[in-house]
Amino acid sequence: MTELLRLEGLTKAYPGVVANSDVSFAIGTGEVHALLGENGAGKSTLVKMIYGLVKPDTGRMVLRGQPYAPDRPAEARRQGVAMVFQHFSLFEALDVAENVALGMENPPPMRELAARIRAVSEEYGLPLDPDRMVGDLSAGERQRVEIVRCLLQDPKLLIMDEPTSVLTPQEVEILFRTLRQLSAEGTAILYISHKLEEIRALCDEATILRRGKVVATCTPRERSAREMAELMVGAVLTPPAKSAKPKGEVALEVRDLSAASPIPFGTSLKQVNFTLRKGEVLGIAGVAGNGQDELLLALSGELKSDPGMVRIAGRDMGATGPQARRAAGLVSAPEERLGHAAAPDMSLVENALLSGALRKGLVRNGFIDWAATEDFAAGIVKDFDVRTPGTHVAARALSGGNLQKFVVGRELSQSPEVIVINQPTWGVDAAAAAAIRQAILDRAEAGAAVVVISQDLDELLEIADDFAALNEGRLTPTRPVEGLGIEEIGLMMGGAHDMEVAHGH
Amino acid sequence: MDFGGINPAVLIASLMVASVPILLAALGELVVEKAGVLNLGVEGMMIMGAVCGFITAVTTGSPLLGFLGGALGAAVLSLIFALLTQVLLANQVATGLALTLFGLGLSSLLGQGYVGIKPPATGVVPLGPLADIPGLGRILFRHDWMVYASIAMVAAVWAVLRFTRMGLILRAVGESADAAHALGYKVTRIRIMAILFGGAMAGLGGAYVSLVRVPQWTDGITAGAGWIALAIVVFASWRPGRVLIGAYLFGGITVLQLNLQAAGARIPVEYLSMSPYLITILVLVIMSSGKGRASLNAPASLGRNFHASR
Repeated sequence: MTELLRLEGLTKAYPGVVANSDVSFAIGTGEVHALLGENGAGKSTLVKMIYGLVKPDTGRMVLRGQPYAPDRPAEARRQGVAMVFQHFSLFEALDVAENVALGMENPPPMRELAARIRAVSEEYGLPLDPDRMVGDLSAGERQRVEIVRCLLQDPKLLIMDEPTSVLTPQEVEILFRTLRQLSAEGTAILYISHKLEEIRALCDEATILRRGKVVATCTPRERSAREMAELMVGAVLTPPAKSAKPKGEVALEVRDLSAASPIPFGTSLKQVNFTLRKGEVLGIAGVAGNGQDELLLALSGELKSDPGMVRIAGRDMGATGPQARRAAGLVSAPEERLGHAAAPDMSLVENALLSGALRKGLVRNGFIDWAATEDFAAGIVKDFDVRTPGTHVAARALSGGNLQKFVVGRELSQSPEVIVINQPTWGVDAAAAAAIRQAILDRAEAGAAVVVISQDLDELLEIADDFAALNEGRLTPTRPVEGLGIEEIGLMMGGAHDMEVAHGH
Repeated sequence: MDFGGINPAVLIASLMVASVPILLAALGELVVEKAGVLNLGVEGMMIMGAVCGFITAVTTGSPLLGFLGGALGAAVLSLIFALLTQVLLANQVATGLALTLFGLGLSSLLGQGYVGIKPPATGVVPLGPLADIPGLGRILFRHDWMVYASIAMVAAVWAVLRFTRMGLILRAVGESADAAHALGYKVTRIRIMAILFGGAMAGLGGAYVSLVRVPQWTDGITAGAGWIALAIVVFASWRPGRVLIGAYLFGGITVLQLNLQAAGARIPVEYLSMSPYLITILVLVIMSSGKGRASLNAPASLGRNFHASR
């Protein structure tokens, strides 16, 4: 295997933080190389340097024996480096062909481009209709747009930033076949992820980053997932403990819940049914954009439903708003931290007040009891190990994981009867994720009914008692988690959405 | 053939003239908003265009140079907006409002020595026999060249946005500045260019007011045309063709109510004067009310500042 790209001593510092410090490794032609690390370990900065979005402070790169220093992505693309982004770099209001054209240097006329998109997507088993609006596509299909955009430029190195976080297991399998086909054709792949089993299944070599430094390189097939996780975190991990207590009476009942989506390009909820007992944790899986946001809105009361559709502890709350449902004991933590769960420019104290005012009695006769609010916020910071200089800082200033601990902690600290959480550990590092999951389980132990909506299957299998999946706004019947296989879960999530396996040549 | 003292051919011909200023300004603003920038300073840029165009035309004696001067003056003013919002990341709404107030004041200062002067006339395009077609000739073929230019600009803006790579990149920047940046497009530079284009177009519209429509200079000559241009862009759901409809509707009702006033209609003048604003907005609201379509067509990053570090 000949060497394709070598990094030598790359360093990049931002004010207050060193994102990458003296990073060196090499990728061979056709090699699938994993870049592993927790959030904030510096993976994204590193690939941005390779893709020409960020300039390194020191260090150099060598591509095919030539010095390589792209000053912009166009230059990187010209030299055969392509990238599939973690947060899709797509434009919802434009169609597939237009999106592809935007990522190319010299796109052919639209009609010819559409034909080439069809040809390439067929060849690699990623069918796509060039005329469809990207806003109407599923997450898996959107990713295909990104991949096809890269493939049309015949890349030598394909960078993939957390590509599987939005896919069903079947879609992951098909993506891997496409990647293996590419690798066999000589395209090197730099694969960024923190899903260790996937890396063991796919990658030839792995470089592990921690706090911006290379801490280890290994061959993933020869290591266990646990070993790699501990290299990544730098500590020994303990999985959360589930309780085996018998479940109580019905706390939340949802009957034929249907509601139109208030979100542009959103998915309407169609006849959602489930029942949840005290102490029970229901895990709801599904590929992003299948009604998760809408379900949270409908349960929290932000999206009003019809009478009779939602019952909390036997009382009909279907047509009531968030405050009434809070009063009845239902708390919720939406996925979007900044702007939905928390007001970005307000302090932690003010944010604590916003959702805690009612259940914690922080407002008297229209006046805010700041002392009590301060105590409430300080309590959350202490109990949930939120790393912050104090409760006076703006929510925006906290890192994603810390803010997530704060907003989840804020809801869990209100002695809730029913908890609804969407993506509790999205973008949170492993240690904080474990803490959040444990806190959720502790509340269930104390008798709360919990709905966890997540795209992380491992998380759901770890903490949920029951399992269901959202698929185009419909919820599958609830199944106990015990004895549930990954194959079955994939089918519940809607299978492979007309994806087909790559045909050989 | 007259209806209550109003000749329809004359009416249509004069509505085409009356709508040129807001048509040009609205087209410019449409491009700016498609790039994701909300510039509320259209009124200020128009009146700067009006005064700069007037001064240039009077000084040089050439209406053509007058229009160029108007476009340039307004573009310079829009550059202030671009600098504040794109480089210094100031709030777009506040900056736009300030721009209007600044433009009104500055134009009044610049125009002090020019009150009561007549500008050189902008000639009618000689279209020979076409102009002599009965009826149609009167309506379509006896206009000055800016009327035709404004209609050509509608087609040009539509075609560029729809069919060219430049238009695609512009729409992409307005749709998601972050994604466009990730693909390596210069978001700030593209937006500044769009703002300058919007300024120049507003300036042309303003110059048309002071050189052709009113032909003279008085303070506050644009009389809210910039605001109606802004409204037309929104209610036309960011489509050039609909901007044309909106502008002609506004121009038509303006001319009609003036004719009604002259014909001595028994409706109080105040109602007639407010009718163009009211009816245009009402009609466009109804046109764009089809189940959230307008909101989907709005550029997703409209009014949001972009900074590369995020």
